[in-house]
Amino acid sequence: MALLTVENLTVTFPSRHGSTNAIENVTIHVEPGEILGMVGESGAGKSMTGAAIIGLLEPPGHISSGEIRLEGERIDNLPPAAMRRIRGRRIGAIFQDPLTSLNPVLTVGDQLIETIRAHLPLTKEAARERAIDWLRRVGIPAPEKRIDTYPHQYSGGMRQRVVIALALCAEPRLIIADEPTTALDVSVQAQIIALLRRLARETGAAVVLVTHDMGVIAETADRVAVMYAGRIVEVGPVAEVLTHPRHPYTAGLMASIPRIGPRPEILPQIEGAMPRPASRPAGCAFAPRCPYRIDRCIAERPALRGTGAAQVSCHLAEEIPV
Amino acid sequence: MTDALVQVTGLKKTFDLSRPLINRILDRSGRQVVHAVDGVDFAIPRGQTLSLVGESGCGKSTVAKLLMGLTAPSGGSIRFDGVELAGRPAGSPPETRRRMQMIFQDPYASLNPRWRVARIIGEPMKSYGTHPDPADRRREVDRLLEFVGLSAADGEKFPHEFSGGQRQRISIARAISTKPEFLVCDEPTSALDVSVQAQILNLMRELQRELGLTYLFISHDLAVVNYISDMIGVMYLGRLVELAPAEEIFARPQHPYTRLLLDTIPDIGMKNRDIDRPAGEVPNPITPPLGCHFHPRCPHADARCRSEAPQFLPQGAAQVRCHAVAEGRLSPEPLRKAG
Repeated sequence: MALLTVENLTVTFPSRHGSTNAIENVTIHVEPGEILGMVGESGAGKSMTGAAIIGLLEPPGHISSGEIRLEGERIDNLPPAAMRRIRGRRIGAIFQDPLTSLNPVLTVGDQLIETIRAHLPLTKEAARERAIDWLRRVGIPAPEKRIDTYPHQYSGGMRQRVVIALALCAEPRLIIADEPTTALDVSVQAQIIALLRRLARETGAAVVLVTHDMGVIAETADRVAVMYAGRIVEVGPVAEVLTHPRHPYTAGLMASIPRIGPRPEILPQIEGAMPRPASRPAGCAFAPRCPYRIDRCIAERPALRGTGAAQVSCHLAEEIPV
Repeated sequence: MTDALVQVTGLKKTFDLSRPLINRILDRSGRQVVHAVDGVDFAIPRGQTLSLVGESGCGKSTVAKLLMGLTAPSGGSIRFDGVELAGRPAGSPPETRRRMQMIFQDPYASLNPRWRVARIIGEPMKSYGTHPDPADRRREVDRLLEFVGLSAADGEKFPHEFSGGQRQRISIARAISTKPEFLVCDEPTSALDVSVQAQILNLMRELQRELGLTYLFISHDLAVVNYISDMIGVMYLGRLVELAPAEEIFARPQHPYTRLLLDTIPDIGMKNRDIDRPAGEVPNPITPPLGCHFHPRCPHADARCRSEAPQFLPQGAAQVRCHAVAEGRLSPEPLRKAG
C-alpha cells in the first residue's frame, strides 16, 4: 500500500473576482522509502501541493475537492488539533531557508528536545541523548558540545542539517522537503542531497522533494512529477522522464538547461512564460507555448494517461519525437 | 592583452567590522577587517565575456560593484579603456560612466514600481544627454523595447504588469540605452526560471554579437557560465584561484577548488549519484585560514599550503593560485563527467 496517496487534489483561492484554482486534479502516490520529486517553475503549484499535504495552506486557500491519505487514513479533512499531532510525528517538514526555520533564541538542543518530547514519551535525559544522536547522524561534528549552541553559531549548511534532524527526530513516515538546498552553495548542496538520500533509505520514510532544480531531482529522486500551471503534466521514474521526456514542456525544459560540455550556438528556449492561475487557457495550459500545438490542444484539456513507464498529459504524447 | 577594455590590477576591498573604539579598549580587542576582495587581477579584451564564479561570500559581487564605482576600492587599479577609475573621490567621469552599465540580479527590486517602463528606459538617456529631445527619446525607447523582444506599447505599462523574464528584458533595455561598451551583469538569470533563463542568455549573446559589447558576468552557476563566457575566473574567499579560457576550465580544471565545484554540480545525466561528497564549507571570511585559503578543504594540502599563500602563476593557458599545481604535484586531469 502506498504510504501517501493524493487523489484529484484541487486547491482553490476565492477572491472578489471569482475563485482561482492554484492546483487542479493533482494525483500522486509515494511508497515507503521512496523519494518523489515534484519539479516545476515558480507558480506551477509544487509548493502548494506540499503545503496541502501537511495542512499548512494559507487562508483563504483551501482544498475544494479530492483527498489525501496517509497510510490509508484520510488527513485532508482533520480538525486543526488532530492535524497538528500528525505534523512532526508522522509528517516531517524541511523548508528552504534554514535560518528562518529555527528559533534564534533557543539552543539547537532545546529545539530538538522539545520536538522529540512533544511527540514521543521520553524523559528529558533520554530526549537529550536522542537529540545528540540525531545531530551525529546528520553529520554535525562534536554533537555533545554543539547541542548547547544557538543557530547563529552554525553555518548555512550545518543549519540545514539541524533542520533535517528536527524534521526526522520524531521518526515521521513522510517527509515534505520544500527546496531544501536552494539557499545553499553548490558544494554544500551536494552534501545535503546525499544526506537526505541516506536518511530516507535508513529510516524507510517516504520523501516528497519539491524543487525547481532538475539536477537535484536527477541526483535524489526515484520518481518525478513535472508540474505546469497547477497540473501534473508528466510523472514517472526519474531516468525515464529525464532522458525520454514525452511531454513537450518537459522536453523543452530539459533542453533549455545549460550544461557543462560542448556549448550550443543558441540555447534551446521555450517562448513566452507560464500563464498566471487566473488566465489559464481552457485547453492544454502549455498549448500557447507548444511547438506541436494542434486545434484539439486549444479546445480540450488532455488527461494524464499512461505511455510506457510514465504518465503524460498530452494529446500528442505518442506522436512527438523523443 | 593590449586591447583590453578593462584592466584590473591588485584590486582590493576591505570592510572594517571593528566594534566602536571604546569597546575595543575595554575588551582589549583589535580592529577586525574583512578582505572581501584581496588582490584580484584580470583583463577583459574588447567584445569578450569574463565570468567570475564562486560561492556566496567569495567577493564576486564586490568586484562588480568596484568596477561600476558603486563602492570605492581600498587598493589597486581599475583601468577602463586606458582611464584610471580607482582613487577618484568624485567618482568616474560621466562620459566613462555612460560607457559602462549594469544589470542586476533581482528584476523585481531593480525597477522603480511607480515609473512607467518608457520613463525607466528613457531616464539614463536623459541624464547622460544622449537623447535630449523627448520625442526623439521616446522613439529610441520604442526601438529598444522591440530590440529586447517586447513591444513599443509596453512602454506605457508599469513593471508589475510584467513577468520576471520580461522585467529582466526591461533592465537590459535600460542598460543598453546609453550605448555602453561594457556591461556588468550580476547574476542576471539566477532569479528566473530555467525556461526563461535560456531566453535571457540567448538575448545577451545576441546583443553582444550585434553591439560588440564586453561583459563581466557574475554567477554561481558554472553551467550558465559555460554558455556565455570566453574567460572564466574562479574566486574563493576574495582571491582569484584560477583564471582560464572557458573551454580550458571545463576540459582541464587545475585548482582543486575548481575541480570540487565542477564535481558537485548536480548532474541531470544522473552520473554521480551516491558518490562520496567532499566535506566542508567555505570558512568565515573574517578569519580566513592562513596560507592558502582553501587548504582546510583540500585533499592535496601539505605544510607549505598551510603556512604560505600561493602566488597567481601562469600554468599553460591558465593562471592558477596553488602550490600543488606549481610544484607539479597535481597534474591537470580531464574532467570525470565531461561531455
